[in-house]
Formats: sequence, structure tokens, C-alpha cells
Amino acid sequence: MPSVLVFIEQRNGQIKRASLESLSKGAELAQGGKVVAVLIGSNIKALADGLGKYGATKVCVFENESLARYAPTAFAKLVVKVTKEESATVVLLASTAMGKDLAPRLGARLGAGVVSDAIDLKEQNGKLVAKRYAYSGKAIATVVLESEIKIFSIRPNSFPINDSHAGTAEVVVSNYNPETAELRDVVKEIVASAGKLDVAEADIVVSGGRGLRDPNGEGKQNWENLERLAQTLGGAVGASRAVVDAHWRPHSEQVGQTGKVISPKLYIACGISGAVQHLAGMSSSKVIVAINKDKDAPIFQVADYGIVGTAEEILPQLIEEFKKVMSHN
Amino acid sequence: MFRVRLFFQNTSQFSLHLAILQFLKAYINTTKPIKTMNLAVCLNQVPDTSARIKIAPDGKGIDQAGVTYVINPYDEFALEEALKLKEKFGGVVTVFSVGDDSFQQNIRKALAMGADKAVLIKSPIKDASDVAFVLSEAIKSHFGGIPDAIFLGKESTDFNDAQVGAMLAEIFDVPCVSVVVGLETDGKTAKMEREIEGGKEIVEVAFPFVLTAQKGLNLPRVPNMKGIMAAKTKPIETKEIALASASKSILLNLDKPPQKQPGKIVASASELVKLLHTEAKVI
Repeated sequence: MPSVLVFIEQRNGQIKRASLESLSKGAELAQGGKVVAVLIGSNIKALADGLGKYGATKVCVFENESLARYAPTAFAKLVVKVTKEESATVVLLASTAMGKDLAPRLGARLGAGVVSDAIDLKEQNGKLVAKRYAYSGKAIATVVLESEIKIFSIRPNSFPINDSHAGTAEVVVSNYNPETAELRDVVKEIVASAGKLDVAEADIVVSGGRGLRDPNGEGKQNWENLERLAQTLGGAVGASRAVVDAHWRPHSEQVGQTGKVISPKLYIACGISGAVQHLAGMSSSKVIVAINKDKDAPIFQVADYGIVGTAEEILPQLIEEFKKVMSHN
Repeated sequence: MFRVRLFFQNTSQFSLHLAILQFLKAYINTTKPIKTMNLAVCLNQVPDTSARIKIAPDGKGIDQAGVTYVINPYDEFALEEALKLKEKFGGVVTVFSVGDDSFQQNIRKALAMGADKAVLIKSPIKDASDVAFVLSEAIKSHFGGIPDAIFLGKESTDFNDAQVGAMLAEIFDVPCVSVVVGLETDGKTAKMEREIEGGKEIVEVAFPFVLTAQKGLNLPRVPNMKGIMAAKTKPIETKEIALASASKSILLNLDKPPQKQPGKIVASASELVKLLHTEAKVI
């Protein structure tokens, strides 16, 4: 029965859904053992009470105004401190920008092995066996860690959230005043791309490729429609490498080997032919829809549903049809 | 120059000297390096991104047939950023790679892009902690401590661990900024932008630091003929470094992701939406 520690990420007083997925997984792995959640920030102690139903048995809250934004050195120190105090042997984090940055720091400080971006994690013959993508989605690696403490960062959307735990967690709030050196790399400022959902976090991603044509010319309407479609579905806009390299869309939207590797519930690829490097980034989506005028495009090989047609004709129809269904729900 | 001369004519002997002095000082500040820099770039090689990956029969690695290796794309952004710093402040860019002799060709490419020298480390590494350890040992012995900055890609496109940069920084006890898409520096502190979900974080750190590069940071240069010729005589030192502890991560096997069966081609948008709603149940 391992003691499990789960780092809970919050931004602006909002707990990341991916952290609740990690916590649910942690409770499952603990098999009734200790599940300690660590929450760091400013004015966040109210968030701690809600974590019991996801399986936390204890929540350690560290509050300070200087910790309102991510401070890697201070955060690493605090998570290491709790890991040692609670004798945790399994540490879980959501594999977000923050979790990916924090996990290797913890690994170095605890002398622990780290598995990044796990998509599966279960106990087999007394060992924790993790699966993760390698070669940017072109292969799946099965890995075990041999160190005493084992750290796993977990790919968002990989595990379900379980909020049916009955117990309430013991909450310990400390006011932690970090030393200057611990704030040597604190985030000064966050510049948000206004109101945009990130492709890596979205449940539904609608991606556009070269087939949508130049947004500064003949493809203007197509890209507007793509954004409208994403909006209708409450999803995010993604892009192929070709359109990012052409500066039609920002790199933060790129899906693929040199972009983001994602597993949304629904992925709609429009005007994307499906180069190997793009397929690597999205083949693990639960349901894939392809819209392409070339019926032989490789994207149809991985799609669950396909429509042969141009963005000009299909996108406006899709928006209308989705609107109809969504209004009934 | 014209304005300066005019100014001189209207000043006394003393203030003329002062003016010349101030002018020279300003001139030196804009053109001469504040400090020449020792910059380390860690470079990995990976299968070309267009490569189709086949699993080797032993299920532990990939079939090497027909696979060409290139500099890890993210490491190219790291190298380019180091070269830009060298151009601004003066200094030496040293490349560090952990691998076998097949790395020589890609290291030469890095030297052709403008790196000054390279260290190729041979070591029985198995995981990211091993790589961070041997890199730190090689860097320490090369510079007699930590260089002014260490640049890496945000991850390698083979195992995508995204761990080595932060681990190196922990070993050296210096700040690490990961997934960087922007860097501005005066040579004393560095202001960086790192990519996060739906935005960017701004971080300011002092030298020395570790930076892991994300696409968008710069556009890596293509080596020119002069660079390629110069690279031929630049030194590549090889050394062997043993591991200090057992590897922590064990790869049990490597598999192909489950092959998806091609799906249904539907005739209309309304039929598609109906199927997504009733059959796939995703909306």
C-alpha cells in the first residue's frame, strides 16, 4: 500500500481538471492508503476542502502572496518537503506546462526516477507499470521505475475523474514565507492569449491545414468558420505544421511532432492531408473526423469518420448541424 | 560624426577632452562585449521527423534501417540562441553530446552553424537522469565549474521526456527556464518568455542559467560554405564517463500504437453530426 502524493495545480484560484484526474488516479493506486495533496498559491485554502471527494486523505496548503504565480525553486522545495515528511513513494503531477517543469526538479532533488506524460499507469505483480508515447506518438513505451520514490507526470485526458470518495480530507494550512533565493525564477507576469482554450487541454480540437488556404487572402472565410466551429463546440483551434511555418497560425496551436501531442475526445481535421508528423500528434484522440477534398489523403486512414469535400462547402454546414444538436442537449 | 565635430568646435579644450572621452565610452558600450561568454549547448540527435518508426525485433528499440538522424529540432533552436548571444557579447559556444560516433556528423553541422568546439561523451546512459548526470560531469570538467549559460531543447523528439534541462539546473543549483519562446538580455540578467497553456509566463533570471528552447524562439541558421569549411578543423573531444548510480528508469518494451481502422466515409455534414451524437457519443 504505497503512500501517494499528488501535486495539485491551480491557476487564478481554479484547480486544473488534469490535477483532479491525477488525484483520482492517485487514490486508486493508494488502495486505501494515504493520499496527500499539495496545493501552493495565494488565497487558495478554500480550494482544499473540495479535494476529499476525489480521494485526498490530507491536503497540505502553502500560502503566500509571493507564491501567487509559479516559482519553480520554491514549489520544488515544498513538494520535496511534504514527500519526505509523509514518506510518500509515489508522486503524481498533471503533465501540464507547470507539471512538466516541476517533475524533473523533484526527480533530481529526491533521487527519483521520472516518467513524463504517462497515458497508462497500473500495478502489475507489485510494480507500477507506466505506458507513454515515444517518438512523438509514433511508438508506445512501457516503463518501470527502479528508484524508491517514483514520479509520474500524467497526460491530461488520460484518466477519468472519480469524485465519489466519501471521506473528508484533513487540511493543514501553512503560511510559507520563501527565502529570496527560492524566488530566483518566480514568474513575474502572465500574458494570456485572451480567452483562448489551449489545444493541449481542450476536450474538442478543430484543426486546420493548408487546405483552408491563406487567411490573409482567399482562405479568410475558412479560418473564420474554423474558429466559429471551435466556438460552437466549446473547443480549441489547432493547426498543422505547414500553416504554422507559413505564419498563418501561432506555434502554440501546432499539433504534431514539433508541436503538441494531444488526446482530445474529438479531433476534427480540416484541410489537413495527414503527414506522418501530424498523425503522431493526434492519432491517440478518442474520435477523429477528417474533412479533405482528396479522398486518398492519409488522414482518412486514421479517421473514424470522414467527409470528402472542401472547407468552403463543409464547414458552414457543420456549424449549422452542430448548432442544431447542441441546442437540443 | 558630423554632429560630434560641430560640438567640438563650440567647446573649450577641457570639455572637448571630456566629450571625446564620453563619446569613446558610449562607442565602446555599444560595440564591445560587456563580458565574453562561455556558452554550453547540449545536442542530441533523433530520427528525422518524417521517418516512419518501425520497432526492432527485440522490442526495445527502433529498426535503424532507412532511418536518418538529424539534430533534435528543439536543440537547433537552443544552438541558434547561444550563437546569437555569442554574436552579441563575444564568447565561445561549446557543444556537448552524449552518444556514439554516429553523432560526429550532426556535431559537425553544429560546428558549421557557428559553434566553436564540441565534446562527445560516451556513456552507458539509459534515462534522463543518467544523461543529466554525465552532461553535468562533462560540463564541470570542461569549464572548471558552470558556464555562463546552458542551452538545450525543451525535449528530444525521440523520448520526449523533457527532463534533462531542469535536472541539469538542479545539479548546478542554478535557475532553469523551460519551453522558452523569447529571450532578451543585457548580459547580466535575462528576461524570458515561456509558453504555457493559453499564454506566456514572463521570468527574469540572473546568469548563469539553464534554458530549454521551444519552437518560435528563433529561426536556426543554415550553415554556409564558409562555416562548413571552418567546421572541418574545429576540435571534437571525445571522453568516456561512467555512471555513478544505477539507472532509475527501465524500458520494458516499445510497441507500435494500436493501428486505427479506417473509418466511415459519410456523405453529408448532417449525417456526420448525427453519428457523432448517436454512435460515437462525443457531443
